[in-house]
Amino acid sequence: MLIPHPLLGPRDAQEFTYLGDAMMIDRPDGLAEGAEAAFCDYVFQRDNPAGLHRELWFHEQGDRSWLVVTRNTVTHEILGAELARDVALARRATDTPADQGDAQ
Amino acid sequence: MTRLSGGLIDRDRKLSFTFDGQVYYGHAGDTLASALLANDVRLVGRSFKYHRPRGIFSAGSEEPNALVELRSGARQEPNTRATVAELFDGLEARSQNRMGPLNRDLLAVNDLMSPFFAAGFYYKTFMWPRAFWEKLYEPAIRKAAGLGSLSMQADPDHYDKGFLHCDLLVIGGGAAGLAAALTAARAGAQVVLADEDSRLGGRLLAETLQLDDAPATEWIAALEAEFASLPNLRVMRRTTVFGVYDHGVYGAVERVADHLTTPGAGVRQTLWRITAKRAVLAAGATERHIPFANNDRPGIMLAGALRAYANRWAVCPARRVAIFTNNDDGHRTARDLIAKGVEVAGVIDSRKGVHPQGSYPLFDGAVVSDSRGRLGLTRIEITRDGDSQWIDCGALGVAGGWNPNVHLTAHHRGRPIWDPEALAFVPGADGPAGLIAAGAAAGRGELAAALADGATRAAQALADLGLAARLPDLPRAEASPAGQAAFWHVPGKKRAWVDMQNDVTVKDIVLAHKENMRPVEHLKRWTTLGMATDQGKTANVSALAVMAELTGQSIPATGTTIFRPPYTPVALSVLGGGDTGRHFRPHRLTPTHHWAEARGAVFTEVGQWMRAQYFPQAGETHWRQSVDREVLAVRVGVGLCDVTTLGKVDVQGADAAAFLDRLYANTISTLKVGRVRYGLMLREDGFAYDDGTVARMAEDHFVVTTTTANAGLVYRQMEFARQCLWPDLDVQLISTTDAWAQIAVAGPQSRALLERVVDTADLSNAGFPFMACAELSICNGLRARLFRISFSGELAYEVAVPARYGHALMQRLMELGEDLGATPYGTEALGVLRIEKGHAAGNELNGHSTAAMLGLGRMVSAKKDAIGALMSRREGLAADRRRLVGLVPETRSGKVTAGAHLFTDGAEQTMETDQGWITSAAYSPHVGSMIGLGFLENGDAREGEILIAANPLEGESQRLRVVSPHFVDPEGGRLRV
Repeated sequence: MLIPHPLLGPRDAQEFTYLGDAMMIDRPDGLAEGAEAAFCDYVFQRDNPAGLHRELWFHEQGDRSWLVVTRNTVTHEILGAELARDVALARRATDTPADQGDAQ
Repeated sequence: MTRLSGGLIDRDRKLSFTFDGQVYYGHAGDTLASALLANDVRLVGRSFKYHRPRGIFSAGSEEPNALVELRSGARQEPNTRATVAELFDGLEARSQNRMGPLNRDLLAVNDLMSPFFAAGFYYKTFMWPRAFWEKLYEPAIRKAAGLGSLSMQADPDHYDKGFLHCDLLVIGGGAAGLAAALTAARAGAQVVLADEDSRLGGRLLAETLQLDDAPATEWIAALEAEFASLPNLRVMRRTTVFGVYDHGVYGAVERVADHLTTPGAGVRQTLWRITAKRAVLAAGATERHIPFANNDRPGIMLAGALRAYANRWAVCPARRVAIFTNNDDGHRTARDLIAKGVEVAGVIDSRKGVHPQGSYPLFDGAVVSDSRGRLGLTRIEITRDGDSQWIDCGALGVAGGWNPNVHLTAHHRGRPIWDPEALAFVPGADGPAGLIAAGAAAGRGELAAALADGATRAAQALADLGLAARLPDLPRAEASPAGQAAFWHVPGKKRAWVDMQNDVTVKDIVLAHKENMRPVEHLKRWTTLGMATDQGKTANVSALAVMAELTGQSIPATGTTIFRPPYTPVALSVLGGGDTGRHFRPHRLTPTHHWAEARGAVFTEVGQWMRAQYFPQAGETHWRQSVDREVLAVRVGVGLCDVTTLGKVDVQGADAAAFLDRLYANTISTLKVGRVRYGLMLREDGFAYDDGTVARMAEDHFVVTTTTANAGLVYRQMEFARQCLWPDLDVQLISTTDAWAQIAVAGPQSRALLERVVDTADLSNAGFPFMACAELSICNGLRARLFRISFSGELAYEVAVPARYGHALMQRLMELGEDLGATPYGTEALGVLRIEKGHAAGNELNGHSTAAMLGLGRMVSAKKDAIGALMSRREGLAADRRRLVGLVPETRSGKVTAGAHLFTDGAEQTMETDQGWITSAAYSPHVGSMIGLGFLENGDAREGEILIAANPLEGESQRLRVVSPHFVDPEGGRLRV
């Protein structure tokens, strides 16, 4: 598999380690009211879609950037990759959940 | 049998080989199969289940029968197809799956018992008694039914892996593949042409078809000359593209040295990972047979194979042969054989009203309905309009039509589709992206069509990439029409083999149908059709046709089989690509490795690191003597240990302190510059994750350490936190584990020793107290970092210098510390020291323990949000009352065993009464007995209690007393002197 790194171009997937659903960017505030329920969802609940999935990959054998990769779990087609940092910052600015939004 | 005329063998080069111990001769250019045929060896093996005599069935990688063991000793290689094994001088081959000599296999009795071995017999016969399966049935079946045997020795050869990138990968070097490669290479594209054979040409090498009125080999030779001049084309012979993976990645195996007498000199095979923007699949087609009664005798083979042996290798299994066909291609075999001087006893054509295409007896509208010959074919029965007659022949070629080699198009679950014109499955439209089939693989196998198709598909692939290609002038090809009719098997009462390798007959398919195992996937598993080394290359479509006939459905409605990688068997050794033994994963050496090696250290692997485990001295005969000495040296003098392997992360930035507050459960931001604090990390689910020290070198600069095992994982987690969770913080991270050599200097004399190396700093207790840190210079100007931290419980420091000075620093400290008793110690003593002090390590931080269990519950700050903090307080985790305790045997000589479970004295020992377990144990020279650490229910309130440590696996039971986990200096006075 090849991952289109936004800074480095297409890179072999073997250079990366996989984490999971990009929703992990949306960590709840641990000091907020009702945080425990939010954390139970955050830690344990994941969607398992057949189709488009936005997910976190770490370029461990590369530039050590975390990416949000949009992948079709049925075909393994990769529709795009963004720097997770950019996604997280945009998320703060617009309040868009990290597991939604357009691939680049 | 003497050789026929012609052929592509080198008659000047004679090679000797053995088969089942008998010496034979062949020529360069032979395969083992052609050489065996040239020596009149028709019987080469026994079938899987019935132990029927079997011969060579095909002339290529689809071979189901002729599986042999090659070579001997550690290089013994089972299940090699004789049809693709290139002959070399000194080759040793043996037949497989027999008991006794091949021509008198004792297990041939299985054939008489065939009624008991019908489809699904495993599931029906060996059901009960249940216990018999593992002890009796399975071992017996495995011994009787099977393939070759392993040498049980390590593979002595070398394997490699390589990576290639290209615009176009052409899979197969036959007519279509050559035309495709030529078209693309001339257009300037980066092209890789891979073919499984030792020479290019594919089926052209086996045919007499002419190109531009000359033998096809002339055209191939001219092409090869042009290919050699094209730097953008890489031709890979003996290379099988075995699988298509995601995003245009193709797996291929190049058999670099399989054909050499001594393959050990260089690389035996190479695993290639080819990343191709486009690929043309020109893998050709595989002929199918027509099942009839007793159609599995040696001498009965595919008609195209019979023709290939005559044309390419100048051999024929018999002087008198017959052909059974349902198409014109079978007649071509007859013509080619006659041209080579072989007598054709008859062509039996299932089609009515066809005419002979040469001078041979033709039986039109007829079938072959039976055969005779115990160890090889002697006669066949021909049936026409209900009348039967027997004719003599020593070989029979069966031509049932050709199946395109669609395998790779199905590797991403693409389904081949039925082409009623070609009477075959052709590639569907849902194959892997970028892979285009051409020529015979696409159902366009007629020579002129294949050539044109190869060129056109290559041009089409390049056009996708924006490269213009001109179609080359292709040679004029002799016509080779197929003229096929649908005819799938000869009905009858006797057994007619569909799958030779797995002994699946038409009867088995009938039985599967009766038992409602009708979907193709059930049929396969019930009958074992299409399994094992050939994956049904010569069987699957015929089986489908039989099932279609039984169900009264069309073939496409009956189903199709799809294929998974690998196309042909791939040795595990080459998949490893040489990453075995020492090369399985990287070996990391500490900066003092060679120094330790020179002192005779015994090493142990910790993660990827080689660490000194202990340093035996003269006269020490047991590791415990060395370790006890090293431990005591730290407690009374000074010890030196390389701790470079602990993960080190440099954290800098205006928000570094705020960042670390969110990463660690305890508060970091209150730490003063020049001070160190113990830090505990939790996982987001609340369990303890990792620990280490956090040193504040400046307001905006921290150096944190992790455990050796988690160094990479913690760094990954820190980057995740930085980039994904808190991207707005001004903080930067870099792993400096390899950049700094770090040496622990531990023991009452450690200050005295360090004072001899530091340049100016004040190391007095007031000037550099416990948990102080500083950047300073040592040994006349070498920059260093000094931390006053202790894992052993003694006055101790860790000193870090740029990694390249680690070796020299260790030497210097040993020299300067000689009078202080400086002693190097390894991981074993390190472990004893930390257990004596009650420090948690990997055994305790194993993902099942909480901060509270470790006695660190109060460190988890409730005033701030940190990873895992909130979840550590959730119900269940907070309720866990197990606590870290120390354990000593009731009697001094007693044992403490890590892993043993703890029970109240006198209580029944069940899961319900389990009170905890022992995590770490060691002999403590300080205490003078074994000691242990463990988690115990309400452990903090049970000091003094006697417990039973049960180790039922080894029938052990020990009486232990609960004590403080701090066996040494529980008040911590020694740290602070």
